Amino acid sequence: MLLSLILLPFIGSLLPLLAAHKGRTVCSWLTAAPPACALLLLLSTAPAVFQGELLTIRWDWIPALGLNIGFRLDGLAFLFALLILAIGLLVILYGHYYLSAKDSHGRFFSLLLLFMGAMMGVVTADNLLLMVVFWELTSLSSFLLIGFWGHRRDARRGARMALTVTGGGGLALLAGVMVIGHIVGSFELSDVLAAGDILREHHLYPVALVLVLLGVFTKSAQFPFHFWLPHAMSAPTPVSAYLHSATMVKAGVFLLARLYPALSGTELWFIMLSLVGLSTMTLGAVVALFKHDLKGLLAYSTISHLGLIVLLFGLDTQLAVVAALFHTVNHATFKASLFMSAGIVDHETGSRDIRLLSGLRHYMPITAALGLIAAAAMAGVPLMNGFLSTEMFLGEAIEQRVLGGWSWLIPAVAVFAKVFSVAYALRFIHSVFFGPKPGPLPKQPHEPPFFMRAPIVILVVLCLAVGMLPALIVGPLLSVAAASTTQTILPQYTLEIWHGFNLPLALSVLAMVLGVFLYSQRHRLFNLWNRLPPLSAPDVFEFILHSILVQGSRRITKLLESGHPQNYLLILFLFTIALAGAALLQLPSLHGGVSMTAIDFPSLAIAMTMIVAALGTAILHRNRLTALLFLSVVGLGVALVFARFSAPDLVLTQLSVEVVSIILLMLILFLLPRQNQRDSSVQRLWRDAVVAGVGGLSLGILTFAILTRPLDSISKFFLAESVSGGGGTNVVNVVLVDFRGFDTFGEITVLAIAAIGIFGLLDGMRLFNPRHLGHHYAKDRHPMLLSVLNMPLLPLALMVSLYIFMRGHNLPGGGFIAGLITAIALILQYLTNGLNWTNERLNDNFHPLVASGVMIAGLTAMGSWFFGMPLLTTAHTHVHLPVLGEIPLATAMVFDLGVYLTVVGATLVILENLGKLKPFTSQPTTEP
Amino acid sequence: MAYVIGVLFASAVYMMLRRSIVKLVIGLMILSNAANLLIFTVSGMTRGSPPLIPEGLTEPAGVVADPLPQALVLTAIVIAFGVLAFAVVLIHRAYEVVGTDDLDKMKDTDT
Repeated sequence: MLLSLILLPFIGSLLPLLAAHKGRTVCSWLTAAPPACALLLLLSTAPAVFQGELLTIRWDWIPALGLNIGFRLDGLAFLFALLILAIGLLVILYGHYYLSAKDSHGRFFSLLLLFMGAMMGVVTADNLLLMVVFWELTSLSSFLLIGFWGHRRDARRGARMALTVTGGGGLALLAGVMVIGHIVGSFELSDVLAAGDILREHHLYPVALVLVLLGVFTKSAQFPFHFWLPHAMSAPTPVSAYLHSATMVKAGVFLLARLYPALSGTELWFIMLSLVGLSTMTLGAVVALFKHDLKGLLAYSTISHLGLIVLLFGLDTQLAVVAALFHTVNHATFKASLFMSAGIVDHETGSRDIRLLSGLRHYMPITAALGLIAAAAMAGVPLMNGFLSTEMFLGEAIEQRVLGGWSWLIPAVAVFAKVFSVAYALRFIHSVFFGPKPGPLPKQPHEPPFFMRAPIVILVVLCLAVGMLPALIVGPLLSVAAASTTQTILPQYTLEIWHGFNLPLALSVLAMVLGVFLYSQRHRLFNLWNRLPPLSAPDVFEFILHSILVQGSRRITKLLESGHPQNYLLILFLFTIALAGAALLQLPSLHGGVSMTAIDFPSLAIAMTMIVAALGTAILHRNRLTALLFLSVVGLGVALVFARFSAPDLVLTQLSVEVVSIILLMLILFLLPRQNQRDSSVQRLWRDAVVAGVGGLSLGILTFAILTRPLDSISKFFLAESVSGGGGTNVVNVVLVDFRGFDTFGEITVLAIAAIGIFGLLDGMRLFNPRHLGHHYAKDRHPMLLSVLNMPLLPLALMVSLYIFMRGHNLPGGGFIAGLITAIALILQYLTNGLNWTNERLNDNFHPLVASGVMIAGLTAMGSWFFGMPLLTTAHTHVHLPVLGEIPLATAMVFDLGVYLTVVGATLVILENLGKLKPFTSQPTTEP
Repeated sequence: MAYVIGVLFASAVYMMLRRSIVKLVIGLMILSNAANLLIFTVSGMTRGSPPLIPEGLTEPAGVVADPLPQALVLTAIVIAFGVLAFAVVLIHRAYEVVGTDDLDKMKDTDT
């Protein structure tokens, strides 16, 4: 059930997209359904949660990394989940009326639900790493939501800024979580919360704390990371109401609450939180008064209130936590309704500028009344919920002793901030809804539809209800949430509207009076404010981003990326040589003690040939045909080495691949310009020669060092298991198709992809006339002798390949080699008789061959699943066939058949497509 | 054998650092040969006893060559061929589009 709670919004996020064409109403209803279900589910868990039960579920995900999928629902998670789902539902209702017909309903609601799911994940995750995953998901989805009106520049900038700041904070949080996991030895929340003492004692505690708080401060828009929030106001108002008042910015608050038992209690914690909270609260409140944009005012007010909540977490009294959670709920209710009111004003008048608006109560009296109540709650007027939590806050501010002798500073600054908050609340109400009727506005103002107002009504009623009957409505919820936050028994406290005459009340009254006075003097203040140098946060932000990050990385890129591919190669080679060289230098002696095999004449001859050929290739590379010939000598030399040192399978493979490769190179050389006279400078030649020489030398030394050391191989297993486990006596082939069958499967897939890629590259390529390059097609007929000889050769070659294929499991041979032999036989037909001649007699479409090969291999591999075995398990038996004698039959054979088909198909697709490029029927010879 | 591998590698690197793209491919081919040889030789060089199990036995009689590197090299050879084929065609295509086979001139990404 817990799982469906998390999954519902995610699944639901697909619905609006699917229903987008069904019209707005259907779309909205479908959007609302999953959160509504989730809300009901959540409420059904309420009895258990309120008894203090902890509901958890978990599965292992990547246990090796300590990452598990686990969710928990305790009082704290319940409180936040309730906020997310309930306000989410109201926002959906509001959004239905707010969005215009031009906006894509489906996309908007889909993103909204995605965000909702991510938030649910954050608050219910039982594993810190999992929580970070959801945390990042909220950053991403909020980026998309803020940038919903992507055609507007401010929306794009705001979204980018929000993503940069919160995403960067997310990275810091991830690092912090890693440090915590390192200290505790587990990422499970229950372990971390229980390990508070270990954490606080550890010398890495400050690192972990600062990193986690960076995540918190960026997400919850704390000074000096607050600047992204006002610019996120370019989002549609439902988004602002949801993300930037009720939920996302509260994620940081949630994290503070969640990790409270594990991290709090130290001086560092108190100092950091109280100072940051205090400055944020003051700054937000002061700037809010001077904002002329309704939403800007609300944004700074949100920053201020978030600062207040963070400050509460930084106070060293236990009731401060209760006050913080209480204010979180209250703020969510009144601020969401205020945002919605601001949205209505914007929607119905076309303007959000407070200087233009005035006297709107004549046009929209109900909205004005609702806004009035919500703003009163924000200002902390008695009988509203905001009053209760600010009273609690002031009470705790007086009680605390965080700053030692300077502790009086906190209540003093709090009152100062409160004066401003009263003033800006007044401004929000008085300047917009009261006063004379407004001048000309973009739209004629009128009341919004009833249901657009409905969410505000609900929220405002809640504000009043909580304000008047606090113990009844939020009492139980708050106590269970606070208990699960602190993980201790809380001291007694009472939620009442009247606490008697005491110091907090006096301070409140003082702040109210001063606030009203301040508001009456606002015009003077505005003049003062205007004289300050203007500073645009996005400009500063973009400047920093641009000058440092973009320019800096551009310079580094230019330094490294010269545009010469060989330089990259050179760097890579040098680096590799340095690495290997450093390791080699540490060896005590190059010779490892194992005596060398005596050199015999054939080995020496092969070695000399190869050395000469390789050098020849390098030196004579000007003449490409000669280089190619030397190259083939090298390849043949390799084959001889294989033959000399007991690798029959390799000999066969190397020989056939060599043939195909050389044909391929011949074909392609013909199509490229014959000779490039230009060449590199002498210095460059020497440089390259030296690099190459050093590289070759170090590799040679490396090989020597390895060869003279004793060797212990894991191959004994393969040798012992080959017959009994794989049913074949050719161990190499058994390794290929059985023990390491998965590699082989991957390999033939690569081959198939290469073939398809080549086909794609060549498809539709226009062939230029090779004569421009100085080449001429040979006018000769195909050599008669060769074509005559070739005819009987084809069936013979096919038979040989069949034979090699069949015996592959027990004697040298197998699918690869058989495939290559078949391919060569067919290519020979092309070479000797020309393309058209062959195509007339042969279906020239080899793609099905490739596909069927990969499919046969894949199906065989998967076949073992049907018998309850792991992938690629083989079965084998011996079948007695007439004529052929006893044939060992293993399912690996079928797999090998797949390999065979793929190899034949891929090779032919590659070469045939290259050959086809010739515009004429005659098969060209290679370079004249 | 160490000398052979060393020389092969040296020529491969030299070729790959040349300007002509064709030589890059030739270098690549030598390089893959060198790498295959390296894998093959480091497993020990056993003469005259391929990793085959005689009829009727379940384990090889006496010392045989190591089958695992052989299997690895076998796949490596075929893969190298696939890579070579693809590289060759890519070059060809690049030549068609850019009009040069000189790596020094292939600097722009948006031709």
